[in-house]
Amino acid sequence: MRSYVPVLLLILVAIALPVVIWGISRIVRPHIPSASKYSTYECGIKTTLEAREKFSVRYYLVAVMFLVFDVETVFLMPWAIQMKELAIFGLIEMGIFLFLLLFGYGYIWSKGALTWE
Amino acid sequence: MELLARILHISPQTFWMIAKVIIVFAGPLTLAAILTWVERRGSAMIQDRIGPNRALLFGRWRLLGLPQLAADGIKFFMKEDLVAEEANNTLFWLAPLMAFVPAMMGFAVIPFGRDFTEAGRTYSLSLLDPGNGMGMLYPMAIGAVAVYGILTASWSSNNKWSILGGMRASAQMVSYEIGMSLAVIAIFMTTGGYDPHQIVAAQAKTWNVFPHIFGFLVFFTCMFAETNRLPFDFAEGESEIVAGFHTEYGSMKFALLQLSEYVHMVTAAALIVTLYFGGWQIPGMAHPPVLLSIGAFVVKWVFFCWVFIWIRWTIPRFRFDQLMFLGWKVMLPLSMGNLLVHAYFMHRWG
Repeated sequence: MRSYVPVLLLILVAIALPVVIWGISRIVRPHIPSASKYSTYECGIKTTLEAREKFSVRYYLVAVMFLVFDVETVFLMPWAIQMKELAIFGLIEMGIFLFLLLFGYGYIWSKGALTWE
Repeated sequence: MELLARILHISPQTFWMIAKVIIVFAGPLTLAAILTWVERRGSAMIQDRIGPNRALLFGRWRLLGLPQLAADGIKFFMKEDLVAEEANNTLFWLAPLMAFVPAMMGFAVIPFGRDFTEAGRTYSLSLLDPGNGMGMLYPMAIGAVAVYGILTASWSSNNKWSILGGMRASAQMVSYEIGMSLAVIAIFMTTGGYDPHQIVAAQAKTWNVFPHIFGFLVFFTCMFAETNRLPFDFAEGESEIVAGFHTEYGSMKFALLQLSEYVHMVTAAALIVTLYFGGWQIPGMAHPPVLLSIGAFVVKWVFFCWVFIWIRWTIPRFRFDQLMFLGWKVMLPLSMGNLLVHAYFMHRWG
């Protein structure tokens, strides 16, 4: 546990720096409010509609596919390190695992989920 | 070192830990700040113009435009701080922190020099000692957290450009992460472990870049996408989505976002050096002196930082669909193939 203390220190320093900077900047910066300054930027015209509205479904697809493949890489990691010990058994196991995944990859490719237009 | 620790009334280990925290925090930060200057002067050099040279130190010294850095810094401090009325105030303030803290943490495992022994104790030149159990998984995990900073910034701004930019950035970072991890797994496999010290030690004879040339290509490309650098800077784009995810940001908050982007770049360069270019190793020298090994690491590190800037001004920008094509249909199969070929060779002859 002791070996992770430096990371904690680093996090604390990394949080402290912005806070200190903001503190200093709060003292020196001007504060002259006006209504138009606090409006949302939209190329100088009045904002129309909400910004947080429906979004292209492709982004969600990418997120889901990422999840699948990222979990795959997580499973690959222990195998990669234990490769010599697992020998041919591990190789075949991983081959089956990867084949299933690549099958899925081919499927989403053929369905056009990877094409972005 | 013993002497310094005794003066401060702390044990040498604690002293060394604090010293390393300072180095690991200040080093990348300083380099990132200098890079903003290099970016402007370097781009000017590449485009055959002069670049920023108007800022003078005490009204006299030009110093190749370096005072511009200080001038920018002062200006960031003096700017009025605006939070749009529509924005989500708490998240808006939190987002720069969420971008900055992970950016600063990434460097913690990277060995920037050879271990040395003094008075019977071994001191390792990386913030986390070897054998900490996280190894190279740590910078990858921390790098993935960077997405949240950008997403939070874009969502809390409640601005159309911001949300577009943030969505693009997150989709892009997420897509390239798979290729990146697969390329790194191939290195774990040939090294037989994921500790960065082990990875560097395994490169004593040949640098990983030679057996892992395809892995390197994938990793290198992914690093550009992960850090949102040109040619993949879709998080922002003046002609389409204004400033992207930080459209609403100004003053010091913007400075922090910008800085964390540069720190990410610096960390990415350090990762490339550690994984593929032998870290602190010097070819033909089995046991370089400690200072020389640090020097070797810094030289490689700065060079790759420069490569990031160099490529920015050399390769034109991609289109978003091209980016997705490259990420999912080129990088993923390439890194997967690289992994499988290495697995086969390892099994056969390894």
